[in-house]
Amino acid sequence: MSVLSNTTALLGKELRTEFRSRELLTTTVVFILIVMVLFSFTFDPTVGESRRFGPGLLWLAFLFASSLMLQPCFLRELNNDTLSALRLSVSDPFAIFLAKLAANTLFLLLTELLLLPIFAILYNIPVLAVFGQLVLVFFLGSLGVATAGTALSAISAQARMRELMLPLLLLPLLTPVLVASTEVTAGLLDRQPFVQWKGVGFLAVFDVVFLTALWIFGEYLLEE
Amino acid sequence: MSPAAVSPTGIRFDDIEKRYGGLYALRRVSLEIAAGECVVLAGRNGSGKTTLLRIAAQLVRPSTGQVTFPGTSRDTAANGASEQRPRATAYVAHATMVYDELTAEENLLLFARLVGVPARRERVDALLADVGLAERRDSLVRTFSRGMRQRIAIARALLREPSVLLLDEPATGLDVQGTAWLAETLRRLRDAGCTMLMSLHGETEISSLASRGVRLDAGSVVADTRRGASFASILKFADAS
Repeated sequence: MSVLSNTTALLGKELRTEFRSRELLTTTVVFILIVMVLFSFTFDPTVGESRRFGPGLLWLAFLFASSLMLQPCFLRELNNDTLSALRLSVSDPFAIFLAKLAANTLFLLLTELLLLPIFAILYNIPVLAVFGQLVLVFFLGSLGVATAGTALSAISAQARMRELMLPLLLLPLLTPVLVASTEVTAGLLDRQPFVQWKGVGFLAVFDVVFLTALWIFGEYLLEE
Repeated sequence: MSPAAVSPTGIRFDDIEKRYGGLYALRRVSLEIAAGECVVLAGRNGSGKTTLLRIAAQLVRPSTGQVTFPGTSRDTAANGASEQRPRATAYVAHATMVYDELTAEENLLLFARLVGVPARRERVDALLADVGLAERRDSLVRTFSRGMRQRIAIARALLREPSVLLLDEPATGLDVQGTAWLAETLRRLRDAGCTMLMSLHGETEISSLASRGVRLDAGSVVADTRRGASFASILKFADAS
């Protein structure tokens, strides 16, 4: 069986189990919503301040929420030793990672798109005019978060103090993604929106580098 | 369901050691299991049975030594050698290795697709009927009893006709009828030429299929005997642990 066929089958499994339980999506949406509402009520920012600090707040909330979302990614596979069953079944272990990071990217992107209108209302920032470009940044940023996060989730799942391990490893590693995504988003939410292609390019390169690393070294991350 | 004859594949463990830090799970284990042979692994809890099975399944890399599968050109070694087990190796672990949030049918269809079973729906239908869960095919596995989960776990392992079958206490949770069904299924597989290595506690219908018993103690092979008087003592010793 090809990697693509295995990945499709596993992605179907990931989507089916999540949409059946809605554990990850609910937790993430609620978390980001709370952060956005609390920040809005606490600081009551002006439109200018919102344009300046909003993108950073948005991506910080996405980043913290992603660590919640990524934590159970491999932990769930340890419950009934299903990870071993997957390793015995797939032709290439990269399919396991590919399915998980595709699912994580999709869940994260879905959460971001669900919460974008609420962000726009709470912070009084129009987003419709740059919606397409925002989706591109959200996609590239989420893919970066999901790729690095899925790899670290596999590592931390087999470690002691696994609940603490993932955020400790994830947040420093994703700082470049956070900075680049925030800068590009800030450009798009500016009074005169512009696309910061340097940031977009950086995100694309980050994604390709981490995907390649996962492809090469992923198998070793799954070993007991 | 009558298994088709499988291509003969044996298992050879050469000087296998497995260390977890300073703790030895296995010490210089060398065993050769001929193609089509059915071997029982016995020993106290913690004697290394599960580690040996997981090394054979290539889920765990040995610290030193290597596992080879005579009859194929593939092997696994501690450092650097080729890493593929024969594709038709199946493993029934102590954990069920199935998804609680999927139905019985969804679990089997998923793994059938992953391993590339032809005509997978028909195969899954046949296996569900065989394990007596056809009527519960649409129930989530988390609603199943331990015995029912074990039946699904065994069905998952049998999706492909395995040429090598590794079983870690396969009768866990099964009732009398379930154990009898499993023994009959394993008998048919053995007669079709499947090589089997299984860990068991005590003499059961399943252990009666074995022609050889190997006892592990503290990670080392301390007895290796063909069926006969001493064979029973190997299993009894394990049972007393």
